[in-house]
Amino acid sequence: MEVLLAVVIGTLYGGGLYLMMRRNLVQLIIGLGLLSHGANLLIFIAAGLRQGGAPIIAEGKKVFLTLPADPLPQALILTSIVISFAVTAFALVLFLRTYQEVGTNDLDEMKETDT
Amino acid sequence: MTLLPVLPIIVPLAGAVLCMLTRKSLLLQKIIAMATSFIILLVSILIMLETKDGTIAVMSVGGWKAPFGITLAIDMLSSMMLILVGLLAVGITAYSCQDLDEERMRFGFFPLMLILLMGVNGAFITGDLFNLYVWFEVLLTASFILLALGGERPQLEGSIKYVTLNLLSSALFLAGIGIFYGMAGTLNMAELAHVIQQGERGGLVTMVAVMFIMAFGIKCGMFPLYFWLPASYPTPPAAVTALFSGLLTKVGVYSLIRVFTLIFSTDPEFLHGLILVGASLTMLSGVLAAACQYDMRKILAVHIVSQIGYILMGLGLFTRLALTGAIVYLMHVIIVKTNLFLIAGAVKRIKGTTDLHKLGGLYKERPGLSILFILSAMSLAGIPPLSGFFAKLTLIISGLQVESWWIVVTALGVSLLTLYSMTKIWAYVFWKPAPEPLPDVNPMSQGQWMLFLLPIIGFSVIIVAISVFAGPIFEFADVAAGQLMNPQGYMDAVLGGRQ
Repeated sequence: MEVLLAVVIGTLYGGGLYLMMRRNLVQLIIGLGLLSHGANLLIFIAAGLRQGGAPIIAEGKKVFLTLPADPLPQALILTSIVISFAVTAFALVLFLRTYQEVGTNDLDEMKETDT
Repeated sequence: MTLLPVLPIIVPLAGAVLCMLTRKSLLLQKIIAMATSFIILLVSILIMLETKDGTIAVMSVGGWKAPFGITLAIDMLSSMMLILVGLLAVGITAYSCQDLDEERMRFGFFPLMLILLMGVNGAFITGDLFNLYVWFEVLLTASFILLALGGERPQLEGSIKYVTLNLLSSALFLAGIGIFYGMAGTLNMAELAHVIQQGERGGLVTMVAVMFIMAFGIKCGMFPLYFWLPASYPTPPAAVTALFSGLLTKVGVYSLIRVFTLIFSTDPEFLHGLILVGASLTMLSGVLAAACQYDMRKILAVHIVSQIGYILMGLGLFTRLALTGAIVYLMHVIIVKTNLFLIAGAVKRIKGTTDLHKLGGLYKERPGLSILFILSAMSLAGIPPLSGFFAKLTLIISGLQVESWWIVVTALGVSLLTLYSMTKIWAYVFWKPAPEPLPDVNPMSQGQWMLFLLPIIGFSVIIVAISVFAGPIFEFADVAAGQLMNPQGYMDAVLGGRQ
């Protein structure tokens, strides 16, 4: 399972970076999305994949009955999904406004502020 | 347990909420923003009083003890940064009340600025890596909108580059955090430092460290990751640029200093060597790129990069004296750079342009503004007895002590070139006669002009004060650097002797 997920993460990173280097604004934003998915999955497997119960100690017990899965990475991923959702929404609006203002979605046409 | 450490986050948040509630009335927003800025400054001074004897103010949010909960930990470096945030908040709010156009204020400049300050404060006081990531996102989101607010074409083009590169850096940072968690099972910085000091983690630590150099390097504008900075920083109004140059890149530098003194202090040969090489290239390429610019704001923006190099040089040399120099330099450059951007904003306000070829003769028309400029510019170049001189001298002495000749040569050469750039602005904007007379686009009465200059005068007074009180400031920075060089104190304060 780890190997499969590692390949998936590699593909997400590779595809994301490839799309970010394209000149098209829409591909750029898809690339950014893929990259953040890759990072989320990376947290998920870096913390270890484990089949197990919920991390709740049963009533009247002092220890876990079975070794539970670690809940913290999922909390981290949840936070970062929310953040990347908001940021992607903002980026979409920004790119739309830019498209309307500049009249093209080609990044090579947007070199006015470069030195 | 006192609530003091959490106030730098709560105060700007409350101010932002109040500003949102009163979004119909600009006057009320201005008053609230100004009051909030003063309270931020007051809170940071209270925190400084608490931490100036070397104690580390620690607070576990929600009562969950470290390393399980989120810890806020304020040492001397953090409290110094908080004071600087407070000073900048007051100055820039005062300036933007005078300078900013009504449309931008109506679309929420003040609440956004306060949210940005909340994010910056949060990043300075947190003791948890994932929490640092969250604060980064808070301040980035606010800065994205501030940068694009107004929707002019250059602003939008600059924003795209800024947004893309910063999201890339966040993704890298997040990936590094994930690997760290998998390796150590914690994200509390003190606990991480403890785990890594015990060793046996080898290559993975170095890999994560390099990912962090990349992530923070993009955010602070380190060579070769800074190209978004000159493309985006000069585009928004002067108040926004001043805020960004004063705080955003410096949050990146602060994070580098924090992480590479506390957590990654076991392999200074390679990691700090890498930072040192990056620092010298950052200084050099920044100053060379500035030399060929002919727009006042562009020159200043590219110069941010070269100043970052000096601070990174202090971190890269990694001795107590070098860190002292870096801390003083950080303090000096935040004030000076902000002031220079505000002065560029004043020039733009009266003449409508910052193009060096079109401007001229301002010394005759506005002698007061010229004197304020030359004071800040000479301080940036490091002319004695102004503030930049002491900071640069310390960095160079510490470079000589560890016999890193090449970095010393680079630093001195870059210093000369900085002087060249500043003299260029002085000669073109203030001294040479105007090529064709430029009328004032925004005539102001004498009283209005004085009110407009008030924040700039305030920052200039602080620059002079840093030079006059260099002794006590260096003593403070020396103790702060001692804290950084000896992370055991930080770890004990956070973990409470439980190890």
